[in-house]
Amino acid sequence: MTASTTEPGAAAHREVELQKLDDVVIRFAGDSGDGMQLTGTQFTNTSALVGNDLATFPDFPAEIRAPAGTVAGVSAFQVRIADYDIHTPGDASDVLVAMNPASLKVSLRDLKPNGVLIVNADEFDERNVKKAGYETNPLEDGSLDQWRVFKVAITKLTHEALKDTGLDAKSQERCKNFFALGMIYWLFSRPLDATVQWLQEKFAKKPELADANLRVLKAGWNYCDINELFQVRYEVEPAKLPAGTYRNVVGNTALALGFVAASRRAKLPLFQGAYPITPASEVLHELSHLRRYGVTVYQAEDEIAAMAATVGAAYGGSLAVTVTSGPGMALKMEAIGLAIMTELPMVIVDVQRGGPSTGLPTKTEQADLFQAVFGRNSEGPVPVLAASSPADCFDCAVEACRIALKYMTPVILLSDGYLAFGSEPWRLPRPEDLPDLRVAHHTDPATFQPYRRDPVTLARPWAVPGTPGLEHRIGGLEKADGSGHVSYDALNHEKMVRLRAEKVERIVADVPDAVVEGAPEGRLLIVSWGSTAGATKGALRVARREGYDVSRVHLRWLNPFPKNFGEILSRFDTILVPEMNLGQLAFLIRGRYLREVVSFPKVQGKPYYRSEVLKKIRDILGEK
Amino acid sequence: MSAETAVLTKKDFQSSQEVKWCPGCGDYSILSAVQSVFPELGIPRERFVVVSGIGCSSRFPYYMNTFGFHSIHGRAPAIATGLKMTRPELEVWVVTGDGDGLAIGGNHMIHTLRRNVGLKIMLFNNRIYGLTKGQASPTSELGKNTKSSPLGTVDYPFNALSVAIGSGATFVARTIDVMQPHMRGVFRAAAEHQGSAFVEIYQNCIIFNDRAFAAITDKEVRDEATVLLEQGKPLVFGKEKDKGIRLNGFELEVVRFADGFGPDDCLVWDATRQDPTLAFMVAQMAPPHFPTPIGVLRDVARPSFEQIVAEQMQREIDTKGAGNLEQLFREGDVWTVNEDGSIS
Repeated sequence: MTASTTEPGAAAHREVELQKLDDVVIRFAGDSGDGMQLTGTQFTNTSALVGNDLATFPDFPAEIRAPAGTVAGVSAFQVRIADYDIHTPGDASDVLVAMNPASLKVSLRDLKPNGVLIVNADEFDERNVKKAGYETNPLEDGSLDQWRVFKVAITKLTHEALKDTGLDAKSQERCKNFFALGMIYWLFSRPLDATVQWLQEKFAKKPELADANLRVLKAGWNYCDINELFQVRYEVEPAKLPAGTYRNVVGNTALALGFVAASRRAKLPLFQGAYPITPASEVLHELSHLRRYGVTVYQAEDEIAAMAATVGAAYGGSLAVTVTSGPGMALKMEAIGLAIMTELPMVIVDVQRGGPSTGLPTKTEQADLFQAVFGRNSEGPVPVLAASSPADCFDCAVEACRIALKYMTPVILLSDGYLAFGSEPWRLPRPEDLPDLRVAHHTDPATFQPYRRDPVTLARPWAVPGTPGLEHRIGGLEKADGSGHVSYDALNHEKMVRLRAEKVERIVADVPDAVVEGAPEGRLLIVSWGSTAGATKGALRVARREGYDVSRVHLRWLNPFPKNFGEILSRFDTILVPEMNLGQLAFLIRGRYLREVVSFPKVQGKPYYRSEVLKKIRDILGEK
Repeated sequence: MSAETAVLTKKDFQSSQEVKWCPGCGDYSILSAVQSVFPELGIPRERFVVVSGIGCSSRFPYYMNTFGFHSIHGRAPAIATGLKMTRPELEVWVVTGDGDGLAIGGNHMIHTLRRNVGLKIMLFNNRIYGLTKGQASPTSELGKNTKSSPLGTVDYPFNALSVAIGSGATFVARTIDVMQPHMRGVFRAAAEHQGSAFVEIYQNCIIFNDRAFAAITDKEVRDEATVLLEQGKPLVFGKEKDKGIRLNGFELEVVRFADGFGPDDCLVWDATRQDPTLAFMVAQMAPPHFPTPIGVLRDVARPSFEQIVAEQMQREIDTKGAGNLEQLFREGDVWTVNEDGSIS
């Protein structure tokens, strides 16, 4: 965190000083049951309403309740707020709230030197310290000397605040995250209003719980105010975001909203086939709440059925989508092949997670790119695009639907766990500014042939059951060009294989040219895709400020690539591809453009840090 | 539209495609029955959709001049569910087999039936994999010699009717490819049923499992080996109508009228019982101790899946309004950044 005033020397008992910060990262960490996601979300929403730009990174275990107090059970929520536009939730944190020894152990390595560390001292008894894997109590052994440590008896103070309420001890204990939240609100000069209102709505039927949490929230605030615990308070001013109306969205919500928007703009009912899977299930939940928008949600018996029903709904004339993650994607592939063969429009979202197999269900990865591009038996071309930020999930959902409907093809949209749960302010679009996605179902029997193609897009007609005179048969067997009758003819098969491939290639006409940020030519080009957008953009900004000859191009479309992409690559000496896999985009670029690239993989279930990309730039171009 | 539907004939449902099943295959007679029943239903042709999976039976849609979807192995009920949910006005018929519907697609089958999706499911049971040339299927008898089980199968077979009843199916019936009028009657009853209708059709595979059902279908044994389930009538069978099925305590048993029993002692068949227990017991009747039951085992009324789905959506629209995008985007906390950079 960069302070605009320098910290004065330690002076006892003085007015608390107010410092302005432009950019700060706060991490709330605790046990899975400690309510850290909720605490972080409240702080985020309040900061959004204050007008900060922000980005969040929830980081939690796959187990719903791993053994309490263990390192495996640590749940954390990182939020970065700034007075300018930012693109990542930050690398290291400036402030860490650690509710127990295990969360301290996990999160401390990412706390900046001299950072603020608030610990719930009550939880640091011998048993918990041991359970976290510490030999000695870190609060006493001097190992925390490089940080500004505030040991607060959060549990005890919470009970104290609630002693007259008659609430049982367990319910009292559950409020302790609001004590920490109250402290952080004080430290960052945040208003309590939004959280107060949220508590009143959330516990409308249990006013005693609303009251208890509110008391504890205020107790945390007052504790800081009265005890002069901190010598400084901080303020982060509103960011200068473009004018407009905003809300904070996580990627999975943005996907759901994008699909509803697309269905309205296409004037088609929306169908979602789904099967619960981390980290994609929230899209199922979100759309389940939106039935009144004409959304049909189908929770199927398995991933295969979710995909098959999506094909069935597309055949019936709906805007059909399905949302899953890697293992579910693997199960869907055969039916995606059927969608390719029958040339029906639909969108398949893969919210990627660590793999293979069950892998790291709650952690992020980008290693399904090959699966998306190549995952079918035989020649099964599918257009593939990837979202770059939580809010971009909305635009990509609309764009995926547009291409699916225009070209009569399944489209794969890649998101990942980082985008799914991460949030940022989203400027609300005006519905009328969204693309017009209307398409006509074919109705005229006189001109009807199931596989007669549009000369430009190569799309076949969408002839839905119920249309008089269009009775015809489709299916997974190879089709005769035009008539769509079953055909085993050798040359027809080759023709159809080529036509299906060409149709996907022709989508390039609808893919905007790639844009180079930085100089149009030079020594180093970073190519990013998906959620590496934020870290690479941030690194580019810093590196160029430092005078490095580096540029960046971010790819939304991975199949087909934008038509100017090869030419852009030729203008740079070195191509650097950071991605959360072992070099899948790098492989595609080499194969497609015969261009050597420097692959820069990170496969740790964690997003890239800006500093990691920056270091790589310096390694390649030399220290300045 | 009604004038047009009135003139539909069997010919209107025959497609231009040459039928390519083996000569003598039981599928021909099933196709003929369906093509006979469809024009009788008073429904415009374009509203029929036939969805199938993979296997000999699944070529069926090509021979029907309706909308048709020849899909992938086992997935027809799942594809048809997506279609029926979004287009409930369509008449969606699913064609599947014992391998397609009970092995690779078993999961979709049971869940489709428990949900009561308004699909008419015809399961052609020939107790063998035909299209892949003769491997054991989930309905092959224990110990059966096939290409994949030269020493005899080692797994117990499914009883398709029991699977359907156990899954909560609201309409369950069995018919046989050689019983043309009976088959048509069952299809008609299935067509009229709201919700899932599951029809098992014993079907002879002349190449890989010929005469699989001869012991019950041959003219000389049929009356002794089968019992017809007829609504409101006692379960009486035999060439001379001299035997019946009665409920003795918790068990079914065959009684001979020569031993002093009569039709009044026999179970009177009622497929509309809500409790599926008796239907399940009858489904379990099999040679050598029992005749094979033929007819409608279960036919109970229950709202269909697509109906519940549509009602739920309508209720939401009625109580909360159809909603517009502007409102949707603004759900939750919003703030406005003004042109001068101030926040409101």
